[in-house]
Amino acid sequence: MNRIKQLFQEKINILSIYYTAGYPNIGDTIQVAEALEKSGADMLEIGFPYSDPVADGPVIQASSKKSLDQGMTLKLLFEQLKDLRKNVTIPVLLMGYVNPVLQFGVENFCKACAEVGVDGCIVPDLPMVEYEEFYKGCFEEHNLSNVFLITPQTADERIHKIDGLTNGFIYLLSSSATTGKNLEVGDTTETYFSRIKNMNLKNPTMIGFGISDKQTFDKACSYANGAIIGTAFVRAIENGNIEERVSEFMNKFKG
Amino acid sequence: MKYKVNEKGYYGDFGGAYIPEMLYPNVEELRQNYLKIIDDADFQKEFHQLLKDYVGRPSPLYLAKRLSERYGANIFLKREDLNHTGAHKINNTIGQILLAEKLGKKRIIAETGAGQHGVATATVCALRNLECVIYMGEVDIERQAPNVARMKMLGAKVVPASSGSKTLKDATNEAMRDWINNPVDTHYIIGSVVGPHPYPDMVALFQSIISEETKKQLIEQTGSDQPDYVLACVGGGSNAMGMFYHFMDDENVKLIAVEAAGKGVSSGFSAATTYLGKEGVLHGSRSILMQTEDGQVVEPHSVSAGLDYPGIGPQHAHLFKTGRGQYVSITDEESLDAGLLLTQLEGIIPAIESAHALAYLEKMEFKQGENVVVCLSGRGDKDLDTYIKYFNL
Repeated sequence: MNRIKQLFQEKINILSIYYTAGYPNIGDTIQVAEALEKSGADMLEIGFPYSDPVADGPVIQASSKKSLDQGMTLKLLFEQLKDLRKNVTIPVLLMGYVNPVLQFGVENFCKACAEVGVDGCIVPDLPMVEYEEFYKGCFEEHNLSNVFLITPQTADERIHKIDGLTNGFIYLLSSSATTGKNLEVGDTTETYFSRIKNMNLKNPTMIGFGISDKQTFDKACSYANGAIIGTAFVRAIENGNIEERVSEFMNKFKG
Repeated sequence: MKYKVNEKGYYGDFGGAYIPEMLYPNVEELRQNYLKIIDDADFQKEFHQLLKDYVGRPSPLYLAKRLSERYGANIFLKREDLNHTGAHKINNTIGQILLAEKLGKKRIIAETGAGQHGVATATVCALRNLECVIYMGEVDIERQAPNVARMKMLGAKVVPASSGSKTLKDATNEAMRDWINNPVDTHYIIGSVVGPHPYPDMVALFQSIISEETKKQLIEQTGSDQPDYVLACVGGGSNAMGMFYHFMDDENVKLIAVEAAGKGVSSGFSAATTYLGKEGVLHGSRSILMQTEDGQVVEPHSVSAGLDYPGIGPQHAHLFKTGRGQYVSITDEESLDAGLLLTQLEGIIPAIESAHALAYLEKMEFKQGENVVVCLSGRGDKDLDTYIKYFNL
């Protein structure tokens, strides 16, 4: 069974961490993954960097740029990920923009994901219609989940359509915003989260964008199966010993 | 109609809307409404009234006699440089500001490279009393100070884009990020025929006034609306698309699009997208763009800020791939020389962008009596510093 499906069957309050591949140093990709599993992360989203990340705020833009400047490519990332499953057992997704995938070749990309043990993908600028027509077959053939995003502005009809196309989880953006904005759970956000909760979707949901501490994480978990942390984590591992930084960061979410 | 957009938002293999979900509601709102709004008789009336009284249209189609003698053909210049604010850009901003009003938007954002589109946007925002935020690369802010001052005088807030190469591509990224963070009350006026569907089609429709007028003017001046050649420069490609629009289905009219070769197509400092680029996705549409093997966007170079863009609009990619349009390139030096030539033969100082199109005349061979239309997309006032430095004036 796909590791993502299994995780959602077995656990609640899932903590998923996003980080940029090849950051802070080009060779850190696996070390960060291993440290995160050791410190209690439930799921990983490894970002493959892109030169023009329009959905990202300054922190993830900067980490992407640094990673690219250090020589990161999809080809190199898949080489690094050959060792992924030596010590990492939790679900792993790749997250990034569509153009590098197109240049790598969709077929090759799916194959490479399956070979290194990646369980799913999040490609925010890949439209639903394109996915359905040109990618879905290939993703399913390689047992890859594809995760779509929804925002407070996404209409119910579209959410149901996304629910039908997804087979991992649905990524709930807490607001329409680039990454790194703070989560302010006001009345409108609560109404939105409740609306989604009451839609009885077949897929589990994860709340992302703006989660940075235990308080915001717990809040998110009261409306969804868990939450995703990206910017706050990327910022936390910028300097210093990776294992120490990761464990320090993850300790904030324990207890 | 074979070169126009289909119901899925594609031109052959190119186009579409490759956008994150955060942009979907805005783009979908536009897609559902743009044709309905634009086709409305009241909208058309107001649009054309403003083009006439405010922009100064129709722009003349001028038979350049001395240039014609030099090349042995009838060279007509479509004088977009005579528009209010000095370029074709205002055709599109007038159209989009009216459309934004119909959609009930209160705030306008735009990207700009050289500042021409920024000025054209700030101008219509002043005219219609709407809040205006312009994103401009830090590097461009420094090299285009007069246009920055114009935008500020017009009441716009100019926000420096400090990511990436700090030029047009990055200003576009920042504007998209702004739109993501302001999903309800804001309209993004994209300045070229790029971006997710329906932008390429919408901008082309507003710019198509250029070829619509040209056809009428050609009939008056030559007796036929079918010239032998139509030339225009291409960065993203909005003046070229406006110039080509009503000629696309006239297969006997040759369409020539002139890209910026920069310091030479093989120099590593170029913006000749069709020569150097590959198919991919940039700024929300599938097109041709300059990129690494890994799919990272490559920084372009051109002496002309308006052509300094690593992609072309999806409709251009389609015209290129089908062979309907001929895509060529001109270097920085060739364009500056052509700019001086036009100034001295005809008394018109062209924008360096437009000078790229003029420069290609030097490389063509004409038969006596052939009719050639060149889109003079903008005036050269903004480029005086560059001309002064290059020619030691």
